[in-house]
Amino acid sequence: MTHWVTAICFFALLVSGTEILISHPRFYWGETGNVRMRPLFQIPIPSSRSLVPTGYSYVLPDQNGWSRYLHFQAAWAVVLTGLVYAIWGLWTGHFRSNLFPAPSDRTWQSFRAVIAKHIRLKRPDQAEAFSYNVLQRATYLAVIFVFFPLVIWTGLALSPGFNSVFPAAVNVLGGRQSARTLHFFVSAFLLLFLIVHVSMVIVAGFRNRMRSMITGVVAVPQERP
Amino acid sequence: MSKVSRRQFFTAGIAATAGISGLAIATKFAQRYGLVPPDSGGIYGPGETLTYAAQRLLMRHSLAREFPRSMISKTPLANEMPPLKDAFKRLQAGGFADWRLSVDGMVARPMSISLSDLRSLPVRSQITEVVCEEGWSYIAEWIGTPLLDVLNAAGVLPQARYVVYFSIDPDWWESIDMADARHPQTLLTWAMNDGDLPVGFGGPLRLRVPRQLGYKSVKFITRLTVTDSLKRFGKGLGSAAPEGGYAWYAGI
Repeated sequence: MTHWVTAICFFALLVSGTEILISHPRFYWGETGNVRMRPLFQIPIPSSRSLVPTGYSYVLPDQNGWSRYLHFQAAWAVVLTGLVYAIWGLWTGHFRSNLFPAPSDRTWQSFRAVIAKHIRLKRPDQAEAFSYNVLQRATYLAVIFVFFPLVIWTGLALSPGFNSVFPAAVNVLGGRQSARTLHFFVSAFLLLFLIVHVSMVIVAGFRNRMRSMITGVVAVPQERP
Repeated sequence: MSKVSRRQFFTAGIAATAGISGLAIATKFAQRYGLVPPDSGGIYGPGETLTYAAQRLLMRHSLAREFPRSMISKTPLANEMPPLKDAFKRLQAGGFADWRLSVDGMVARPMSISLSDLRSLPVRSQITEVVCEEGWSYIAEWIGTPLLDVLNAAGVLPQARYVVYFSIDPDWWESIDMADARHPQTLLTWAMNDGDLPVGFGGPLRLRVPRQLGYKSVKFITRLTVTDSLKRFGKGLGSAAPEGGYAWYAGI
């Protein structure tokens, strides 16, 4: 349940975030940055503002109004959902038993074994339908406990109101423009995770996985005699 | 599908009732303490209300970050503007000597003051960042008269809840609640860095609201109206921003 709310919110945040990015596809490091300053890098796409030198002869329509409304509403929804998920995960021991690797798996060998299996493009066996392997566990833990908190933090550090109460939140990141650049990179990493995540589900058998995610029942394919 | 047991049915019923009455109580509470923004209708209302309520509970008195003089931007950006109208150009030709700021609405002493009158009130300066919703920013020193001193001179009535402020350009007007209006950094700015406030940056008079995004810092201010309700202004959404699709509260 929390997974699907998160998926919808992530999609909304991705679309609206991209729209907002289009109004200024330049990134800077430090406190300040504008078109009269040299950017750290610029994404070679057209912009929705004529002031931005993009090299394109046209200006895209301004979509920031609804994009910003949607971005913050989806952010609220995903943060509240994340809280429910975190409380549930701690309460039921989901994090401890299903996500933290078993002591025997916390070795480089087991990491290597899983990676080797992936490189050989071996399809997952039956036992893996019921449990996450060590690579999955490490990735999910990083996404849940590192990248989601980071994207929330760097996002909040862009709010002038929030910064007036917690100035350290933006100062330790190196300033407002640094926070914006980091917000972009963390979001890009989450998008990368999403792409890999969805392709893995497709490889593992899309229909069966979707059925099990919605109903909680895993169908194990019958061995042919 | 398994059948729903009687116990489950009652538990769900009680939970739903508790949820709905909790929401109703929260809404009443939020309205009573002024935590609902004027653009709270529509599909994005819940998100906007959460943001505004959370920030108002957290940051009634907090100060926007101020910076050392060494961090003042060498290349501030004036942003693009619609062409200036004739009414502005006439005042500009006269060196803004005839520029007036009127204060009306829920005040004991409605008034109309010149820029030199304004300069005779207490002066305050701050080095704060202008943050555009598009993503860019710059730091400048802003010098002017705290809005609070002008409000005090006019005598704000106790039922006042918002200050609406108008640019000479009739399409640009905004409003803020009393927490922002009485905030010490909310500044009727008439100078910037080493000189008069340039026209590109809102000269001769700009209301700086540094705890919110740049579009709340309206340029070419000519009028302030103190009110207890935003319903009578424009489409009743609080300011020109929501009429153009942008949020009224821009603390984020």
